[in-house]
Amino acid sequence: MNKLKKVFWEPVFSNNPIVGQILGICSALAVTSKLETSIVMSLAVTFVVAFSNLAISLIRRHIPSSIRILIEMTIIASLVIIADQIIKAFAYDVSKQLSVYVGLIITNCILMGRAEAFALKEPPLKSFVDGLGNGLGYSLILLIVGFIRELIGSGKLLGFSVLKPVTEGGWYLPNGLFLLAPSAFVLIGVLIWLLRTWHPKAGEEE
Amino acid sequence: MLEHYLSLLVKSIFIENMALAFFLGMCTFLAVSKRVETAAGLGVAVVVVQAITLPVNNLIYNHVLRQGALSWAGLGQVDLSFLGLITYIGVIAAIVQILEMTLDKYVPALYNALGIFLPLITVNCAILGGTLFMVERDYTFPESVVFGLGSGLGFALAIIGLAGIREKMKYSNVPKGLRGLGITFITAGLMAIAFMAFSGIKL
Repeated sequence: MNKLKKVFWEPVFSNNPIVGQILGICSALAVTSKLETSIVMSLAVTFVVAFSNLAISLIRRHIPSSIRILIEMTIIASLVIIADQIIKAFAYDVSKQLSVYVGLIITNCILMGRAEAFALKEPPLKSFVDGLGNGLGYSLILLIVGFIRELIGSGKLLGFSVLKPVTEGGWYLPNGLFLLAPSAFVLIGVLIWLLRTWHPKAGEEE
Repeated sequence: MLEHYLSLLVKSIFIENMALAFFLGMCTFLAVSKRVETAAGLGVAVVVVQAITLPVNNLIYNHVLRQGALSWAGLGQVDLSFLGLITYIGVIAAIVQILEMTLDKYVPALYNALGIFLPLITVNCAILGGTLFMVERDYTFPESVVFGLGSGLGFALAIIGLAGIREKMKYSNVPKGLRGLGITFITAGLMAIAFMAFSGIKL
């Protein structure tokens, strides 16, 4: 049980997929201009990575190693199609805002990385927990960045005004730059800086 | 007519840059940008693959997957577009594989230069992203050829630029925790601000 706990918590903090291993950056940068899209994207990725890990781990003894990438891709792509259809059915507006990035979960390196590094070697339950942990670690960063960008960029959280903007008679002058591409790069850079100062081991080898 | 394609080309290279405006292909963008030479190798590989896969996926979408596209077979109502993702990634993987084998047989020099980058490209989201944008924006076949070429060139331009900056940065004194990827992100952010200046271009 303790071992499972360790498998679960390790990727959330000390070995975070985004700021520690630098995997899955594309979507982390692209969908975080609002908190709502960040939440939906986090749920989708956690779902796909947990179940792809489970599925790959279940058939790990039957996959010939020469075509394993093809098999992993097929499993991941099928799960992403399911997630995409679910989002389209229950949150159509959000799916329009996420545009191509739901489909791009397929090429998110976290999925291939976990499948190759973990699910091919470990039993199903452990792989599933590892997937959940990595999904959660990914979500954590997405939510932090989404929170900062929406709050500073438009003074809102989940569409509600928190800091009342000047245009509506309030005092807050929204900093529109935070809704644009460059701020996402800088924010993630600063997050990596913080993590590596707090946790020096998390850095990559020089 | 020509102006339309020219403006699409400029738009896809500079204004809607794959790496700096849409964050596509970030993993390779950050990992393979340590030296200008390797960055240029990857850039060329992306341009080639992008310029081939986009038009091919365009044909598949318009003649097989789209609703009503199968009416010649008497299946007018069938809408296969939900199979899009799995088809595109299959097509990309297959084309990369074929390209690798062809280059190995006929142009070994180029194969040796690009060799290690080609397999990486299958999981580069700039390629799949290009296809998905093409479907979302409903490009025609000639438009998809231009868009494929332009978006590939845009990615190559961004990665070579970043590699150039990182080569120079080796000699600067960066705070300890920021060394390596931290400062790379911030550099990419500054490059993205610079590329935003292009958004004023209208043809």
